[in-house]
This record gives sequence, structure tokens and C-alpha cells, in this order.
Amino acid sequence: MSITIYVPCDSSAVSLGADRVAKAIAQQAEQRGLAINLVRNGSRGMYWLETMVEVATDAGRIAYGPVQTSDVGSLFDADFINGGNHPLALGLTEELHYLKKQQRLTFARVGITNPICFDDYLAHDGYRGLTNALNMSQADIVKAVTDSGLRGRGGAAFPTGIKWNTVMNTPSEQKYIVCNADEGDSGTFSDRMVMESDPFVLIEGMTIAGIAVGATQGYIYLRVEYPHAHKALNAAIEKANAAGYLGDNIQGSGKAFHLEVRLGAGAYVCGEETSLMESLEGKRGLVRFKPPLPAIKGLFGQPTVVNNVISLASVPIILDKGGDFYRDFGMGRSRGTLPLQLAGNLKHTGLVELAFGLTLRELLYDFGGGSATGKPIKAVQVGGPLGAYLPESQFDTPLDYEAFAAIWAVLGHGGVVAFDETVDMAVMAKYSMEFCAIESCGKCTPCRIGSTRGYELMDDIMQGRELDKNIPLLRSLCDTLLNGSLCALGGMTPYPVLSALNHFPEDFGIGQTNSTETNAA
Amino acid sequence: MTEASTTAHTVQDVITALKDKPGALLPILHGIQDALGYIPCDSVPVIAKALNLSRAEVHGVISFYHYFRDTPPGKHTIHVCRAESCQAMGSSELEIHVKNKLGIDYHETTSDGQFSLEPVYCLGNCACSPAIQIDKDFYGRVSNTCFDEIISELEASV
Repeated sequence: MSITIYVPCDSSAVSLGADRVAKAIAQQAEQRGLAINLVRNGSRGMYWLETMVEVATDAGRIAYGPVQTSDVGSLFDADFINGGNHPLALGLTEELHYLKKQQRLTFARVGITNPICFDDYLAHDGYRGLTNALNMSQADIVKAVTDSGLRGRGGAAFPTGIKWNTVMNTPSEQKYIVCNADEGDSGTFSDRMVMESDPFVLIEGMTIAGIAVGATQGYIYLRVEYPHAHKALNAAIEKANAAGYLGDNIQGSGKAFHLEVRLGAGAYVCGEETSLMESLEGKRGLVRFKPPLPAIKGLFGQPTVVNNVISLASVPIILDKGGDFYRDFGMGRSRGTLPLQLAGNLKHTGLVELAFGLTLRELLYDFGGGSATGKPIKAVQVGGPLGAYLPESQFDTPLDYEAFAAIWAVLGHGGVVAFDETVDMAVMAKYSMEFCAIESCGKCTPCRIGSTRGYELMDDIMQGRELDKNIPLLRSLCDTLLNGSLCALGGMTPYPVLSALNHFPEDFGIGQTNSTETNAA
Repeated sequence: MTEASTTAHTVQDVITALKDKPGALLPILHGIQDALGYIPCDSVPVIAKALNLSRAEVHGVISFYHYFRDTPPGKHTIHVCRAESCQAMGSSELEIHVKNKLGIDYHETTSDGQFSLEPVYCLGNCACSPAIQIDKDFYGRVSNTCFDEIISELEASV
């Protein structure tokens, strides 16, 4: 009987040599005359263990990692294909604490299945949500999503059900579902993982959205930096079409939904929904004024749902198990689970899906294992490049949208980037201004000019020039950006800049600021 | 056929295949850059005419997006991630090393035409920082030594 061996095809695993490991395993098996079934699964999201090889046994999958090509021979010598002992043996995958302590709803299949195998998807509860949705009224589908309490996982946390309701109730011959897959935030990779490791769940979520609001065309706006995701999505779309789960008559329901992937071209601002739609229309990605809301006048002037990958990928389980099931996870107004991404200077980087409510400290130490360098963690940026830097004194904040807002921080897309004590926070503040200047679409003055002025100002501050004048000037400039920018790029660049200044004034060459004034510019 | 006419044919083929898509400009620009490695300046009026746009509009779109380029890249394009997660793991030092090793700055190509260097703001490989991309291949936890080895391999494969 052939033995099934899993080697991830996830791009991060590949960046650590997974393709070479897979090749070496196939070669060794052939040389030794062993029949194996080599499956390229997605990643379980424990990246310090990648390349993590798994072997199917009667007791469950047994993991080995991190495997290098040079380990492959000794793995075979140790009879790993029958779960044999080896220095890299980790035991049963499902029993690994990092995984066992998680609550994987959206990521239920990630790392388990072959991402582009349609039968694998069906065998692991795939398309149960859509099957239910096809027997429901549009209003009932929207109600289930509203009842689940799902809020936009892209960062803005707007209630998904309300958005869908607006599009459903706006009459039009053509409506669109747009998936925002322009995951440009540093420290975030959950969208990438879903698209590479379980693309069908996104396709299913978008199809349900289309049926719910009456949209027949969907676009996935994918960043060009994700070629592996591009390939996986296109392969999955082709298979869904062939199986009658996309197209003119979905599963004989008479309902149509078509899906196409469109590539961005390296502009961070195109992650902003109106800029994204301009880009999809073939234009410069300039941010639009709102109103009109995209839900009323969006892509090509038509009612459009624009949702993040994780929001849409969370819809199938909501329609499968019900809004109440999903809502029972979480705390306060943050319902369900959030796939958190541990990045930067942490020992155990990876994907951790959990119900809202755990503290940042638990995440950093219980899951992250502290810093990779072994030095104390000085600052953590949560929510991407526009998120605030949190000092150690704020690590007990629960992971909850409102709790973060209360300390003038953002949970955003759930990216967590840790820095050890060697980081100079003035350098990071300067970088934030530089990033804003590079990525500004140029439409509004505060962002276009303010970011460049901020960069120059940080240069002066770092040289110690006229701090008594330049620090208040930096605050004033941030106030202008915060209140005068058209979108979150200019509007939120002050979060990293001011949080760095307020929490780490010594890095700016000044004494402790009064923490009560921290939130105001 | 001359090189120029081959290029013109390629551009025309891409335009013909994609011009009727809604919002066709970005797909066309990607198609041309995929085929040629860059978007030649003399393709701008051809694209403009096919899509009923002004040349300024087409040029404006090309210049807006960091990914599109109007000059031919080197044989290999190296993208170094400059974003926060990679900085937390020492990408600033790697960046300096890469520039010194290649003797070029960002947006430049080595004089032998082998390597172009571009910054990138996140490859989504933040769990394996610092990260770089060379052509279509991703590399994680890249040290200076590791970078030198990759470059040597590429140079040897010429």
C-alpha cells in the first residue's frame, strides 16, 4: 500500500526549500523502491518548522520539521514513512500545542488538503455553505451573515452583513462582488495562505455573496507579489467551473456567478477599496471621494460588494453552521475568530486563528515564544504599516477591535510584527513617513505633501536639530494628516509615527512625554 | 523579422486578445510586460488607440504603478523587501549588503545587464523575514552569506 507524504506548496515553505525537499523525497523513495503518494498540501502555518513534512499513519498525521534536503536520507533510514523516530520528529501534527490551542474556523482546511483538489475540498465539508445558501432567500443569506457578527477582516471592521444588505437592496441590472486580495500590509499573510492553501473556500464565499446580493460577476483583485496564489486561484476557478460550482447555472439552481482574477501592479494604495476599483477599471489607483458608497455606486458605477479575502472566506462556515455558531466565538462586538499573523522578530512565527479576546501578551509569548533573537521585545506593531506601535506596558490589551481603539491602536488585518530592543523607533517613524510618501496616490494634499514633509522633519529630529520646535511641528503635521486626508493611508500614517513618539520619546532625543496627551496629535 | 517588428507583433497580439475585457488596460500592460519584460514606450500610442484613450492616460497608468517598467530589466530581477517585518529581522543590513555586492542602487541594473534591483513592500513572507524574490523564486530568512550563494549560483548558471 502506498504511503501518503505531505510536503507544503505554500510560498513561504517554498522560500525555505519545500520544493527541493519534495524532490529529494520523491527521488529517495524511487531509489529505495518505495511506493509513496506525495501530496503538496498547504502550510499549517508553523513557519519555524517549515519545511514541515507529514506522513499519514493509522494514528493520524505525524510531522517532521524543519526538514532540509540533507535530512531526507536519514528520515528514510529512520523509517519515517511509517512514523519512525528521528531527531526531527514532532509527533502527531494535531497534538502540537501551537495548533491544538487554536480555533480554526476559516482556516479549517488550510494545511490539511491539497489546495487545488476539488474532491479534497468536497470531502472536507466544502460547498456545504453554498448548498444551504441555494435553498435560502437572498434576505435570509444576508441575515445569517449579519447575525454572525462578521466584520470586515481587511482592517476597517465594518459589519459585512450591512454592506451586503445595501447592495442587495440597491436595484441594478449588473452588480459586482470584488474581493480585495491586495494584502499589502507588512506582517500580514493570512489572505495569501487562504488563497494558496484553500482557494476554493474563497471562491465559495464569493459565490454565496453573489447569490445573496444578486451579483453575477466577481473579481479577485490580487497583488502581483503573490504569483503562487495567482496560480492556485486560477486552477481552482477552472475546476469550480468544470464542476458546475461557477458559471451560468450553479448546481442547477438557474443562478449565475462568474469569477476572474485581476492582478494589481505594486501599488499599496490599491488596497483602499475605491482606489482598487479605479485600478480594476484600468485607471491610476486614485482614491475616490465617498459618498457615493461602493455599495451603491462602485465598480463601473454599479452596486458593488468589496470584501477582504478573510471576510469572504469566513462566509462558507457561517452558511454551513449558522450565524449563531460563528457569533458564539469572540468578545464584545468582535465576534467570531481572527486569523492572527505572527511576524518579525518572534521565535514561533506563523498563523494563529483564535476567537477574539486573547491578550497580545499571550499571543506574543504563549504562541510566539518571545523574540527570535532572545532579546526583550521592545515594541510590537499591530495592524500593518498604518497600525500603532505598542510598548510592553500595553501588551495586556485583549485582541478586540474596541479594546485596541481605546488605546489609540488598531487590530486591522491581524498582523503582529515584533521588534526586539535593538530597534530605534525614530527610524521606524521616519520609515512610516517615507512609506506614505512612496505609496501616496497623490490626490489629497495632506498625504501627498505631508508625508514628504514628515520624512524631512524626521531627518531633522534624528539629527537633533531644534527639537523644541520640530517635535510640536511633527505633531501638528500628524494632526493635518489625521484629519485632512482622504483615505486611511494619509489618515493613519500618524498612528505608527505618534505612537512611536509617545511611547519611545527617548529614541527621538526627548524626555518622557505626558502619557495622557498621547492620543491627541 | 527584426527585433522591433517582433516586439510590435507581441504588443499587438496582447492587445487583440485582451482589449474587449472590461477595464482592459491593466491586463494588457501585464500581458506586454510578461512577454517582453517591460512596456516599450512606442507601445503606448498603440494601446491608447486600441482602448480609445489618450497617450497621456496610458502613460499615467504605467507610471502610477511601481511594478510596470518602461526599460528592459536585467537578466534577473531581485526584489528586496523593505517592510517592517523584514526590518525587524535585519533587512536594513541585508539591503546595504545587496547594494554593495551588486554595485547598484534600487531601480538600477548592473552594467553587465545581469541584475536589476527593486525594492518591494512586502512579499507576504513575513513569517520568514528577511525575504527577497529573484525572478519568480522566493527566499526566506536570507542572510548575507545566503544571498551571496544564490548570486554565485545564478552567475554560474549563465
